[in-house]
Amino acid sequence: MTFSPRAASWLQATPFMLIMVFLVIVPLVIVFVASFMDYGFAEVIPVLYWGNYLDIFRSRLTWDLYATALRMLVIVWTVTLLLGFTIAYYLIFHVRSNFWRAIFLMACAIPFWTDGAIRMISWVPLLGREGLVNQALMGMGIIEQPISWLLYSEFSVVLVYINMLTLAMLGPIANSMGKIDYSIIQAARDQGAGEWQIITNIIIPLVRPGIAIGSIFILTAVMGDAFIVKMMSGNQVNTPAGAIMTEIAAFQYPPAAAKSVVMLVLVIGVVATILRVVDIKKELAR
Amino acid sequence: MRDAGMPRPASYYFLSFVFTLFVLFLYGPMICVYILSFQGPTGGMSFPMQGWSLHWFTVLFDGNGRGVGDIHNAFWRSMRMCAIMAVATMLIATAAGMSFRRRYPGSNFVFYSAIVSMILPGLFVGFGIALTFNIFGLKSDWWHSGLGAQLTWSLPFGLLIMFIVLGRFNPSYEEAATDLGANSRQRFLYIILPIILPGIIGITTAGFTSSYQEAARTSLNVGTGNTMPMELTALLGMATTPVMFAIGTLTTLFMFTLVIVTLVVVARIAKQRQLRLTRQSA
Repeated sequence: MTFSPRAASWLQATPFMLIMVFLVIVPLVIVFVASFMDYGFAEVIPVLYWGNYLDIFRSRLTWDLYATALRMLVIVWTVTLLLGFTIAYYLIFHVRSNFWRAIFLMACAIPFWTDGAIRMISWVPLLGREGLVNQALMGMGIIEQPISWLLYSEFSVVLVYINMLTLAMLGPIANSMGKIDYSIIQAARDQGAGEWQIITNIIIPLVRPGIAIGSIFILTAVMGDAFIVKMMSGNQVNTPAGAIMTEIAAFQYPPAAAKSVVMLVLVIGVVATILRVVDIKKELAR
Repeated sequence: MRDAGMPRPASYYFLSFVFTLFVLFLYGPMICVYILSFQGPTGGMSFPMQGWSLHWFTVLFDGNGRGVGDIHNAFWRSMRMCAIMAVATMLIATAAGMSFRRRYPGSNFVFYSAIVSMILPGLFVGFGIALTFNIFGLKSDWWHSGLGAQLTWSLPFGLLIMFIVLGRFNPSYEEAATDLGANSRQRFLYIILPIILPGIIGITTAGFTSSYQEAARTSLNVGTGNTMPMELTALLGMATTPVMFAIGTLTTLFMFTLVIVTLVVVARIAKQRQLRLTRQSA
């Protein structure tokens, strides 16, 4: 049996496409539609109802949720960008041997083979009231009482985000840096450019695609996360994603759908802005 | 900068220091977990160590379920899903990747739907699937909605790996086979498959590990019975003994073994191919 090349391609892509259509696109449409509907207990009543959205925009509490999420996002994004860029720059432009560069990159990736939940609990012996940090600070006589905001606080949530997400920024940036023709940098140096000038005038413009991809990863990871924030804040910090989880658990689907739509509009808006500036498909193809 | 023979600039030492701190930041907490999992029977969840023992590993295995919840069943539930996901991801993503060797109407749609699925926060995809099942009156269960939800996460990555693999694929090998009279089945089996095999193994491992780690999509669609990440998160909330750390040490060992076996297999395939090439040219 032979197929025309076009039919063969369609056949090959069909299972993939079916899953994307029925498990990603259709569900998103249904979430969108359900967000405009009334609800009872564990059921969606197909009547047009604006209350789900009005509740979001009227409630001070909901505004605070979005403000918390945005504040954490800005901190996490700034720190992972600085840290990811610095380390990628070190690995690509300062480490001389390819062997050690590969080893160092591996070293950054290996912790991700451990389950996320285990990586979360690994902070307890460090940051808890009897944890190593408090023991050390008290031992040195810097503090007399253990610091309680180290664990189960916004601080620990942000710390774990940074711990888990820096690689998502570092990887794409290092990938972009690896594609820079090194002779450009040698040429700049021969013309008398200092290291800082090389970074700002050559490297940063050339790694913009990497920064864009990394930023998208950070954005979606922080905005969509309900697990880390719940565990690491001990239920004390709430975000829209957490509120959505709570409403889903209470079978209140339409309000959860409305909050999801607002979040998705925010996320897609930022991603679309980033994609207007950077052509990611070209970056992938290279 | 990295030119050999030139003296290291001061910035090198500063950046090395930053990198060392970063590695400590990544590994420090994990190393605490590994050490504390050998805590003595009277020890708690933080330092100092109260002697060394394998007590918490025995609690994990023959304990009466105190502090370890349903972890044994969760592990086997996860393994069952991981095995199916590894095979399904490999087949579906490889086929979809192969379709991109030709331009066809709809290829952009496939590409962008994969990108959308990858960058959308998992919570929303998971919620969407759960809501869809609810509206159509279907009861979610691990073998349809659960696997389906995980596929929306693993498939885009599989496709991405295929893009990378096929981007490096030299079409002249295939043309040579065609010139020698190979049909499409022979071309795939004897030319394409051996060349992209390391990539396919990579996709299989990615399918396995993404299924093992995924929680946001899975948790809303898996029906009754937690998978590993969900069970661990649930245990985390009420953890009071180092038995959690014993689980951490064992699951890390498990993942290490898996990834290293994959790397060794891929390296061996590459080496054999290298040997064959050198033997032919000699």
